[in-house]
Order: sequence, then C-alpha cells, then structure tokens
Amino acid sequence: MKVAMTEYLRIDLKSEKWECRVCDHEIGAATQSYKEGLLVHDRDPREIHPPIIDPDKYRFTFSPDPEWVRILEYCCPSCGTQVETEYAVPGHPPLYDMEVDLPALKAQWAARGEAAEPYAGPAVARDEGHGH
Amino acid sequence: MNDMSISGRGKLPSAEEIDLIKKFLNDTTLFLGPDPEIMQNHDLMPRTADEDEAIGKVSDAHIIAKIRDRIQSGCDEGYEMVEQMGAAPGAKWGDVITGVYSASGDLAIASAGGVLIFSALVHHPIKFIIKNWINDPTVGVREGDGFIHNDSRYGNVHNTDQSMILPIFHKGKLVCWVASTVHEGENGAIEPGGMPSMAESPSDEGLKMSPFRVVENYQIKRDILTFLQNSVREPKLQYEDMKVKLFACLRIKQRIEETLNTDGPEALISTLRLTMENVRAEVKRRISEWPDMTVRTYIIQDSTLRENCVVKINCKLTKTGDRLIFDFRGSAPEFTNRATNTIVAGLKGMLAQVFLCYVWPDLPRGQAAFAPIEVITDPHSIVNCSYDAPNSQSLMSIFTGFTAGQHAVAKFLYSCPEKYTKVHAPTFNMINTFIWGGVSQHGETLGNLCADLNGMGAGATADRDGEHALAPIFATMADIGEQELNEEEVPFLQLVSKKMTRDAIAPGKYRGGQGYTMMVATKDSEQWGFMTVCQGAKIPPLQGLFGGYACGAYPLSKVKGVDVYDVLMNTPEKFKHSIEEIMNEQPFEGASYTTHHMGMGFEISKRGELFMISQGAGAGYGDLLERDPRGVIKDIEEGLISPEVAARLYKVVFDPETLAVNEEATEAARAAERKARIARSRPYSEFVKDWSRPNPPSYLQYFGAWGDDVSRLYMGSPEKMRDAATPRPNYMTHPKDVRIAELEARLAALGGLEHEKQ
Repeated sequence: MKVAMTEYLRIDLKSEKWECRVCDHEIGAATQSYKEGLLVHDRDPREIHPPIIDPDKYRFTFSPDPEWVRILEYCCPSCGTQVETEYAVPGHPPLYDMEVDLPALKAQWAARGEAAEPYAGPAVARDEGHGH
Repeated sequence: MNDMSISGRGKLPSAEEIDLIKKFLNDTTLFLGPDPEIMQNHDLMPRTADEDEAIGKVSDAHIIAKIRDRIQSGCDEGYEMVEQMGAAPGAKWGDVITGVYSASGDLAIASAGGVLIFSALVHHPIKFIIKNWINDPTVGVREGDGFIHNDSRYGNVHNTDQSMILPIFHKGKLVCWVASTVHEGENGAIEPGGMPSMAESPSDEGLKMSPFRVVENYQIKRDILTFLQNSVREPKLQYEDMKVKLFACLRIKQRIEETLNTDGPEALISTLRLTMENVRAEVKRRISEWPDMTVRTYIIQDSTLRENCVVKINCKLTKTGDRLIFDFRGSAPEFTNRATNTIVAGLKGMLAQVFLCYVWPDLPRGQAAFAPIEVITDPHSIVNCSYDAPNSQSLMSIFTGFTAGQHAVAKFLYSCPEKYTKVHAPTFNMINTFIWGGVSQHGETLGNLCADLNGMGAGATADRDGEHALAPIFATMADIGEQELNEEEVPFLQLVSKKMTRDAIAPGKYRGGQGYTMMVATKDSEQWGFMTVCQGAKIPPLQGLFGGYACGAYPLSKVKGVDVYDVLMNTPEKFKHSIEEIMNEQPFEGASYTTHHMGMGFEISKRGELFMISQGAGAGYGDLLERDPRGVIKDIEEGLISPEVAARLYKVVFDPETLAVNEEATEAARAAERKARIARSRPYSEFVKDWSRPNPPSYLQYFGAWGDDVSRLYMGSPEKMRDAATPRPNYMTHPKDVRIAELEARLAALGGLEHEKQ
C-alpha cells in the first residue's frame, strides 16, 4: 500500500521507501528523512522575492537579506519537481522535518484498508437557503 | 541551595501541623502574584460534585444541544453589542469576544465571532478570583459584582486587552461566569496605543490590572473608574468600554437566567460541562487519526522591534496515538529588556486558534479543543517568559509560534483521510499596520491603531490560491474596518489604502494571498505620531509548504521634508500611488527618502510627511512550475505581479502586449527549468557537508538553539549562551548607544577623540 504523505511524496509501506508522486522515483528509506534522497540548491532569496525598491539606494527593499536567510530548495533528482523549500539561517543544519513512525503508520493503514487518493478537504458549498 | 541534611531529620509534619503551616502562609502572604498552578495549566478543571450531579439529572443530547445553542446565541448577542457600541477601534472591527465559563472557570462557550484567544485566556483570571477572592473577607464575590482585568501575567494576550468578568448566581449559588474582552488600545503605557515596543520592563507597559472588583450592584464604582481614567490617555474610551462590556455581560446573564428559569440550573451546568468534555474527547479521537510522526520546523523573527537580530522560534510537534505534543524548547531565551516575550498561556491561546480557526472550525469554540494538547517550553524563554520580563509585544512571539504550529500541523493533515478544512500553507502573521497617537483635530488625546492589522494575506491551500488581505490569524471573522470613518476622528489620512503591493509575492502552484499598501500622512495636528510593530523586514516570518515559497520582506519607507497635501493641491501629477514609484522615482524635490525595519518606536510626524508600509502575503503551496499559466496571467492583469517577474519565476511564455500564453513554449521553458534545477542542485549528503555549520554565523546576533541540540541557547553571539534549563539575564544594548559606539569608533580611528577627557 502506498500512502500520500505530502503533495509530492508518498511512502510505500511494503518497501518502506519514500517515492516521488510525480515520476514514481524511489527517493530513499522511509526510516530516514526524505531530504537525504533529494537534490538541494541554496537559493539567494532576492531571486524569488525581487527588490521592489532600488537596492542601490535603500537598505530595505522588500527582498529578504541574503546574508541573514537563504532558501533551501529540495527537488526530485529524477523529474526536478520542487518537493519542499526551507527558509534557513545560513549554515543552520537542515531539519529532519517528517520523522515517520513507520510501524504505527503501517498499523493505521492496515486498519483502514486500501489507501484512496488523498482527500483535499471539504469544499465551501453554496448554501441553498432555508425552504419548505 | 544550602545543604540541610542533618542526622535525625526526617520527621514529617503531621496533618495538623501542615494545616497550621498553610494557615500561617495564607495569613502572611505578602503579595498574590500570578499563580503558576493556574497559569501553567490550560486543561479543564476536574468535574465537580455539582457537575456530576447535574449530569446525572440532565444529559440528553438534544436538551444539551438546545441549551448550548441558546447560550451561544446569548454570547453572539453580547458580541454584537460590544461590536456595535464599543468605543475602541478594535471593537468596531470585531477584535472583541464574549464567553460563558463554568463555575470552576473553564471557558465552555464563546461567541461565534471575534478573537477566540482573548476568551481562551480569561479562564486564568477567573480561576485567580475563585482561588483568592471568593473566600477573602476583604474581597468576596457577590451577586452584582464585576471584575476588571488586563495584566497579561495573570492570563491575557497583552495589557491592551481589558476584560469585564461577572459571576452568575442562581438562588444564591454561583453557577457560572460571563466575560467580555476588547482590544482597547490605550492603557497608559510608555507609548500610546497599548502595545509599546519601547517597554524595557513591565513598569513601562501601563496599567497592570490583576483581577479586581470594579462593579458592585451592577454599577461601575466611580472612584475606581476615575483612577483608571487618570491612568490612561483616553479617559472617555476607558469609561465607555467598561460600560459596554458590563452591559454585554448583563445581556448574556439575562439569556442564562432565561435558561435557568425554563430548564433549571442542572441543565445549564450539565450543558457547560458536557460541551467541554465532549469536545475534549472528540479532539483526542481526531488526533488519533493523524499519522504517528514528529514534524520539525522553525520560524525566524528578525528583530526585537528595537534592533534587527535573529530570534528562533523552534517547534517540534509529535503525535503518538491520541497525544499531541508541541515542544518549543530551543526557542530564543527571554529578552530581559525587550517587549517581544510572551507568557506561555499566550502561546497556548494562539495555538488553540490554529485548531479552532484553521483545522477544526466545526467544533464549539471554547477552551476544550486545546485542553488535551500538550506544550513544552524552556523556562524564561521568549515563549514562556518570567514575571519580570516585559511582554507588551507578545504578539511577535505568539504569532510566529502560531505559524510554526500551522506549518507543522499541515504536514500531519495531508495524509489524513478525515479533514475538516483544506491543507493550508501558513497565513501571514505580522500586524502590518500603523499604531497612532497624540491630540486629534478635535482636541482629544487618542492612542490606538488602524484596522489594517486585520488584513493579513491568507496562505494557499491544497487546491486554491490564498485570499488577499483576508483576515487576521487571531480572528477569522474580523474585518479591516472603514478607514474613512476612522479619519473623522483622527488627524491623518491614508492617502493610499487597500491597493495591492505589486511583486510582494509568495509564489507556488497556488500562490499566497497578497497584502496591500498603506500610506499615511498627518494633516490636522501638530501633536500626532505613528509607530509600527512588525518583524520581517530582513527575514520572512513564514515558511512555504510542499515546495511553495514564503512571503518576501516588508520594510517601512518614509518621505520627509515634503508636505504631500501641498503637492496634491499644487502639482497633483507628482503624487504616485505606489511605494515602488515614490521611492524609485523620488518625485518630490528636496525631500529625504529612507527605509527602515518595521519596529518604529513612536515618532511625531509633521504635516504631509509620508509613512508607507505594506500588509504581507500568506505562504505559497506547491511547486511554482505547476501553476496554471492562466493564473499567472490573471495575477499580472490584477497588478499582483509584474510581467517580468512572472515570466522569470513561473517560466510562462506570453505575448507582452496581449498577454496571450504560448502553451508550447511555456511547457518547454518549464521542462528546461526542471532540468536546470537538477543541474544546479547537489545531492543532500554532499550539500550539507559544505552548508551545515556547528555554530551560528558570528556576524549575526543569534538567539536560540542551533540545529538539533536544544540543550544550549545562544544569546547573541557564538560565544555567549545559556543552559536551556537555567535562566540567565539577556540584556540588549540601547540601539542609540550601539550607534553612538559605532560613530565614536570611527571618530577614534580618525583621531577625533584623542584630546577628549575621560
């Protein structure tokens, strides 16, 4: 059984691997951080959040300060999908952000039966109003 | 501590002696400070004998639901009264709440609208009253009494919020409490508006009202009222809103009495108790549906509002079975002389809003929804500060704590088949607005703020862009007010208001909702000024979700040496309607144009000088290369993003004139970008070898744990730290002294100080 854990990641409960939901690439052991199997890029935040006011004139420009924060971009090594971002203080070790208790996950889904497509959550429906 | 072990010691006091010791301590208590037993506990009080008996008599689910709805309606009615009649600007936009509390003090039912965290914290002062005043012969609690409270150390977000608390009796017996809370604004602090960023100790924070009686026989006591009016800058506001809150509480009391008369006290008591117990049980059940997992995240504060520095809010969220534990250890140590600390109850109240506003909004609003969830912090940390630490800007830490919680929770929810809302990227979390004060055009002394703090951009969800300037994270049912109405009472105009700030974006497959520009200029007073109290001018205060990006940074821009009202009168074509144009084109000759971080202490403004800020964007969701090109073009058309930035980031190829998308070229550009990503990125294991450092960078003033080691908290430099469990003072130097020292060093280097006597 495969359980979708994020927009782009799933865990194969049988093989105990993280997989890419876009290209089915096997990323790595689900007992470890999925980041271990991804590629990382240290992005200058000014490239994503462009200065709105002139950086030659002003100290603060609407761009984050690249000496204070970086964006770690994690992508699938097979298809290049950007799986996660992490706004990090320069040099701060990346976080093991999803440490899954695999035996518990297996037991939980064994009780639930086959995993369906992830449920997005309730939609906001138009109220039909009160009527008789 | 002294070693008191001596041979023969070990005789324990008898029960009689213990009673005597207790009586002695009670009789000789010098000062009833905040009670840790009350302040550290957010769970429900144990079921009382009265509640047990009531539930034995009335427990039919239909009767309970009927009475709960009646009480809920009463709370909503009280809420409407405060919103319609309240004098505080905050009241007019819904920054208020009403609630009904059990006889033991737990919040059972809160109004459907308003700021839940307010009432979710009022159980603390009620429990203080129960513990200390009911049996005190000099105080007591009687029918017709009303108690006032604002001191956050006894249970409140910050001292700008004031509560009115009434005990409700039935045939002489206390059956429940009602309370109403309003963000009043002014409270006599060192700066106007009630949320001073300049406070360096609790003594700078204005009124400190531990719970005390201010109403007898349903009448406000004039002597105490006069004292309170003398203690704040807005005596009219103080009186008006005390009355408004009292009468809102009395209306709720009336609705409760109607229920007591029709269904009896047992039905009411049972309803309040079972509502809480059932919600608590349901929360445990819902948590058990989440995957067992630990999620780690951190949010970075980039200032204390006085100076830029790096302040970590560290969050490890662990779910095991039906237990959910927020572990905030590793967050920054408390600042001894900065106002951004929070008491832990404030953090918990805000985390409760994650669940009741964004995860389980279907649950009855009350204290129970967060009751079974556990929270761990370091003592004397920025999220669990001590009695002696100022906390008037606690919003900085409770909001970034909220975002850490919201970010972590989303990672649990994705796989969960049972959802009550969509998976949600973090919503913007800073109060990007102007706080103001001084003497108005009508000669009144005022101190308050613009409702624009309520216009936070929403985070994107799993299938939809975030909504713009939607609602504040602390009240999803509040609004951003009518600035024009406000301008009738204050001597300034918002010359640009509610215009989206182009390119201040949070990209993603679904982008975050954006924020809007605010430009203010004083007009009709020589005694008027502004302050801003936000972080995020250097580091975004959010994280993105599942490949989406956070928002960017938001500075304060000022234009001085100009009177824009003269410009508008004489050369109106020179006035521009965006920060981008005014700052880049500098259209007013002779004016000075400067930028600053968003912690501006109260500053007197001259007529026609511009102060300009922007509300912030919620975080994006998913890989931006998956964004529908039509959505990108729509954003261009709506002025949210410039064509150049859109093309560069989203890799959408379109005709610059018609904005018609070239689908094939877009597909090719995106495929190329995916390849380029792979080419420029490195395998994780290789990357961390170069990236990860054992200590924070020496050029940053860094506060909090570094990496996984939460046993040590850095205090501003790689050399200075404290044991996480052992508090130490953490003083910051006055920013002006820092600047003077820098300038003196430069003078000294040039030989300018050689002959100065020391």
